[in-house]
Amino acid sequence: MRGVTISALLIGCAVCCAACPAAAYQVYVTNEKGNSVSVIDTEKLAVTKTIKVGRRPRGVLVSPDGKELYICASDDNGIQVVDTSSQKILRTLNSGPDPEQFALNPSGNPLYIANEDDSQVTVLDVEKNQIVARVPVGVEPEGMALSPDGNVLVNTSEVTSMAHFIDAHTFKLIDSVLVDRRPRVAVFSKDGSQLWVSSEIGGTVAVIDPKAHKIIKKIKFDVPGLTRQEIQPVGVRLTSDGKTAFIALGPANRVAVVDAQTFEVKKYLLVGLRVWHLALTPDEKLLFTTNGNSNDVSVIDVPALKVLKTIPVGLAPLGVVSSPN
Amino acid sequence: MESSFHAFAALRRRPALWAVFLALCLSVFPAAWSRAQDKLSIDLGYVAYAKPTPPPYDLYAPPQDEGEKGAALAVETNNTTGSFIGQAYRLTEAIIPPGGSPVAAAQKLADQGVRLFLADLPAQDLVQLADALRPKGAIVFNVSAQDDALRGPDCRANLFHVAPSRAMLTDSLAQFLLRRQWLRALLVTGPQKADADYAAAFRASAKKFGLKIVAEKPWTFGPLAKARSDSVTEAEALTFARGVDADVIVVADEEDDFGDYIMYRTAEPKLVTGTQGLVAASWHASYIASGAEQLQSRFLRFAGRVMRPIDYQAWMAGRAIGEAAVSTKSADPAQVAAFILGPDFDFGVYKGLPASFRSWDLQLRQPLVLAQPKSTVGIAPQPGFLHERTTLDTLGVDKPETTCHLK
Repeated sequence: MRGVTISALLIGCAVCCAACPAAAYQVYVTNEKGNSVSVIDTEKLAVTKTIKVGRRPRGVLVSPDGKELYICASDDNGIQVVDTSSQKILRTLNSGPDPEQFALNPSGNPLYIANEDDSQVTVLDVEKNQIVARVPVGVEPEGMALSPDGNVLVNTSEVTSMAHFIDAHTFKLIDSVLVDRRPRVAVFSKDGSQLWVSSEIGGTVAVIDPKAHKIIKKIKFDVPGLTRQEIQPVGVRLTSDGKTAFIALGPANRVAVVDAQTFEVKKYLLVGLRVWHLALTPDEKLLFTTNGNSNDVSVIDVPALKVLKTIPVGLAPLGVVSSPN
Repeated sequence: MESSFHAFAALRRRPALWAVFLALCLSVFPAAWSRAQDKLSIDLGYVAYAKPTPPPYDLYAPPQDEGEKGAALAVETNNTTGSFIGQAYRLTEAIIPPGGSPVAAAQKLADQGVRLFLADLPAQDLVQLADALRPKGAIVFNVSAQDDALRGPDCRANLFHVAPSRAMLTDSLAQFLLRRQWLRALLVTGPQKADADYAAAFRASAKKFGLKIVAEKPWTFGPLAKARSDSVTEAEALTFARGVDADVIVVADEEDDFGDYIMYRTAEPKLVTGTQGLVAASWHASYIASGAEQLQSRFLRFAGRVMRPIDYQAWMAGRAIGEAAVSTKSADPAQVAAFILGPDFDFGVYKGLPASFRSWDLQLRQPLVLAQPKSTVGIAPQPGFLHERTTLDTLGVDKPETTCHLK
């Protein structure tokens, strides 16, 4: 039965690929106050399904094979695993209290979870549903990133204003780098030579040398007509060619396009209200933004650097991830 | 070290807190405990009068440890950061019995080396404290007094205000009323000096934002909100607002003597705002936006009760010191003061826009919460109120109007 379904899917996919050059991905958006996940088809650019999940869904990730979705259900103190084809909740993982954001090892296991209310990072074996390690970090841990070589785990702590570097094998703290106030998202460049960290209150993005643990560059933003306080960077995405970075600027309602080589801001794209997180499709043709206060998602055409469409989703969209295939 | 540790006094009173205390030691000082000698110590002093035991029927009396717990939580948070960068924060409390001298108690702390003070004191004591500590180079954070005079003629160069001024509170309300187009107010003022001060602040806000005070009445029926019902007085109170064509009744009653009594007891249906009903405050238990939920739940776990505005204000003072000490790598009060007054200083206070200090009167600029007892109604500055510097400066006394001359 399963084999039949898969081959049917493969045929379906082959037909679709012949018809249109751009692959269709599924983009998953967590609605923090709607307790649901909106599924957007990137070809139709519309919500095709809405999945009911646990309370206060925030961080969202997809397994490398695209079959399972991991959702931080913060108010339920667990990570829910959703079958992407049946949209059913398969199980709830033992995440530790108040999981907010997380990172997944590219092999699909383990998960690295920031427990916002508990000043620690939890490392969880996804298959066994067992906690492998707990690492004490600063207050209100948030962003999580694993270096491309899999050796270094980075966590940001919002109140302590640090990026914590953790050995991803021994789970010992290596070093902590002070950044501007309220760091949120941490992202490695594809070659691992840079770590980008957004500071929501500081209004900057720090580009850090992850080997030397030193800040190489602090990127500032200046949107005409807005005060510095209204510019609150959160979501960060880098293209794999290392040329472009996208930074979501929160209540500035804009995504900054940054030249990732010169660190200059090239453009500000106007999106919905209070833009939080960003996701690129695997082909890097489209960028999706969650707009927390306008309850919608903006779709950005990456090569053209233009906003293509606004798609209404659930209440208070926050997390976003694209399927790998 | 332990004897002056922030939670110690509370621990003696409440053995259950020992577990919290031990957990705190373990989490706050991981590997660094043995290297404590190398750490930079940052000593904070907390000066307040002991709160009188409330009468048993006062359901909403301030807790005895109001304010102290907010400062203690900030110190715990600072110590987490400190554990990564070699800083150790310590809070020593001086709780003054009635008739005692806050100045003497603070001098004693100063003799032990404390130069960074948080004070929950009335205006007069605050000024005396700031002046007495000034030769030592100490700075004081006012965590509770709302008096506009402290930000005006009585301002001091070493006295910072994290508590919002009355002008900020009434400006917040006025912005809300203007946005709702509830423009006509009946102002009812109680007999206390603080009530008159609040009424004066509201009059100034009404003028600033174009509200109309259609009538003013003094409250002459006694503390009915706290008293048992009294049928004769009640009858008079019922009709005192009759015939006044107002959208809202603004009450100036800082002691909670009558504001809550007016609601639902007037002859005509009237909304109540001011010091009761819909209030403006630095913090409210129902407020959870902009990450506030984290602070609310952390405080609830830490203190075993909800966070009140004075707790929050003391927490902000502790955090401002922490942010400055982390950035300057110093506990020197002159460096801390210079840094928090510098152009690059602001810090997250869970209300959207970051907070910072006004250079002209050392008042913390911050958004304020507009709330009724069980629900947050809005945030000030309200949308649409603009300012050349920051919208936060639409609340309170702005630079051109200040009567503070810092010396």
